Amino acid sequence: MNSSGALKVTAQSDREIVMTRVFDAPRNLVFDAYTKPDLLKRWLGVFGGYSMPVCEVDLRVGGTYRFVWRGPDGAEMGVRGVYREVVRPERLMHTEKFDEAWYPGEALITTVLVEQGAKTTLTVTMRYESREARDAVLKSPMESGVAQSYDKLAELLQSGALEKARR
Amino acid sequence: MQPSGYARSNRDRLDATFAALADPTRRAILARLAAGEASVTELAAPFDISQPAISKHLKVLERAGLISRGRDAQRRPRRLEPRPLAEATGWLETYRRYWEGNFGRLDAVLEELKAQKRHGRSRR
Repeated sequence: MNSSGALKVTAQSDREIVMTRVFDAPRNLVFDAYTKPDLLKRWLGVFGGYSMPVCEVDLRVGGTYRFVWRGPDGAEMGVRGVYREVVRPERLMHTEKFDEAWYPGEALITTVLVEQGAKTTLTVTMRYESREARDAVLKSPMESGVAQSYDKLAELLQSGALEKARR
Repeated sequence: MQPSGYARSNRDRLDATFAALADPTRRAILARLAAGEASVTELAAPFDISQPAISKHLKVLERAGLISRGRDAQRRPRRLEPRPLAEATGWLETYRRYWEGNFGRLDAVLEELKAQKRHGRSRR
């Protein structure tokens, strides 16, 4: 189990991304923060001048949600989906589709909350329709072997070796 | 969830960059070029594969914009183009930072909820 605050992002199978994060709170509070509009509006995607003027949640199996973010320049970005499973306070499953698609198809997002001590481990599994869609979201270098080599390249970048290579 | 301001053209270019980086031989070639430009023969030397095979890898790297050809018409040395690599690193950082930012704000919301709960209980 990872320590509180450390975010882990990994690619799983050929069309999933898995994120884990430990929160220093009981899971019923994490579940609330994930499903109550007045709480969601305070943390999900609201940064750098972005706010969430539309946040509607019909929390039941078959119910829909609708989120719209508005940027500092007035541009809007919306997403909607349907809840497939709602098991308070431990499990949520919903679809995700952006108005302006930035990955092909629809994603299926499963959120699992496990409480241990006074802490909650959040595991979010994002399943895409194809490998291409997944890779559009999370590029292959995040996968273990490639990631290491890739890190080395990133180090090279920072060391200034590449600048030298240009001359 | 989308890191904001992420344009489609940028994404296509990144796809090419990441596909090119997915191969260990091509990463080794890039690492070699980070030390300075080199001819195809020089690049092929450390590898146990044919020169045509190396040329194929170089073509992929070139199409991804990761390398370019030097001016010397005889040697046709290849050299590294650092920009696409820098952009790719930036994308991964952006994705991670996006979620770290979200969860950092969620931490703050949870602290407040916990405090409210404690407060509520003490009043009872």
